[in-house]
Amino acid sequence: MGVRLTLREGTLTALLSGEIDHHCAKGIREEVDKAAGQTKPRRLVLDFSRVQFMDSSGVGLIMGRYKLMQSIGGIVILANLPEKIEKIVALAGLDRLARIERNWDHETNQ
Amino acid sequence: MKPINEMNVSFFSRSSNEGFARAAVAAFAAQLDPTVDELSEIKTAVSEAVTNCIVHAYRDTIGIIYIKAQIYEDGRLVIRVRDKGCGIENVEQAMEPMFTTGGEERSGLGFTVMQNFMDRVRVLSHVGKGTVVTLYRTLESRPVGND
Ligand SMILES: Nc1ncnc2c1ncn2[C@@H]1O[C@H](COP(=O)(O)OP(=O)(O)O)[C@@H](O)[C@H]1O
Ligand SMILES: [Mg+2]
Repeated sequence: MGVRLTLREGTLTALLSGEIDHHCAKGIREEVDKAAGQTKPRRLVLDFSRVQFMDSSGVGLIMGRYKLMQSIGGIVILANLPEKIEKIVALAGLDRLARIERNWDHETNQ
Repeated sequence: MKPINEMNVSFFSRSSNEGFARAAVAAFAAQLDPTVDELSEIKTAVSEAVTNCIVHAYRDTIGIIYIKAQIYEDGRLVIRVRDKGCGIENVEQAMEPMFTTGGEERSGLGFTVMQNFMDRVRVLSHVGKGTVVTLYRTLESRPVGND
């Protein structure tokens, strides 16, 4: 598991990698929340392009970040979800809470 | 019907074993020649069942989690995940989407994911004694031989 954080023009991007389960969700949560708390971004992008596995602990992780961003008046974008992870995201109805972007570019932030 | 192959594994309910558990079952299931999608769904269901033992059954302690996986001649895979933890008072309620006793960061979707990814999920639980979750999945592809 890994998370790489970058902030540019009010957009905080968390590039996630590896397997997202209950074991590693805590570490991701702590890093993202710390960065978001310090920088108060308008948008939080969770980039899944390098994620190989996610179970419902990842759903809890996304919901928690949604609540956090809501509390500071920002939005969550779920970017580059692999097909099998998008299935769980849809099952959880997360497409109603967050924007889904299939071809998100980190360089241009769009 | 008797299984043509079986594996048993037990381990401490430490969260670092979540990855081990799903990988072990996937490696065993691989002999049924599953597709990448089938394997990924099996891994996800096992991860849900094992995480529940760690997070809920043995909430404030470390206990032992037992997994038995069996392969049948007709391509059926049966995975039993068992704990000797706190048990579930109301199984029907526990299996409802979004129901959780786990607080903020749990989605309450573990059983929903298991039910979506497997053919059948059976839950047997006794308060104070523990829980057995059995996952059934028949794979499209068949084992080539039984050697
Ligand atoms: N092995 C178990 N032992 C005790 N309680 C369990 C077990 N598995 C599930 N539960 C109960 O069922 C509820 C729903 O489980 P689940 O659908 O996986 O959602 P979550 O894990 O997010 O709470 C849990 O919150 C818990 O109360
Ligand atoms: Mg669960």
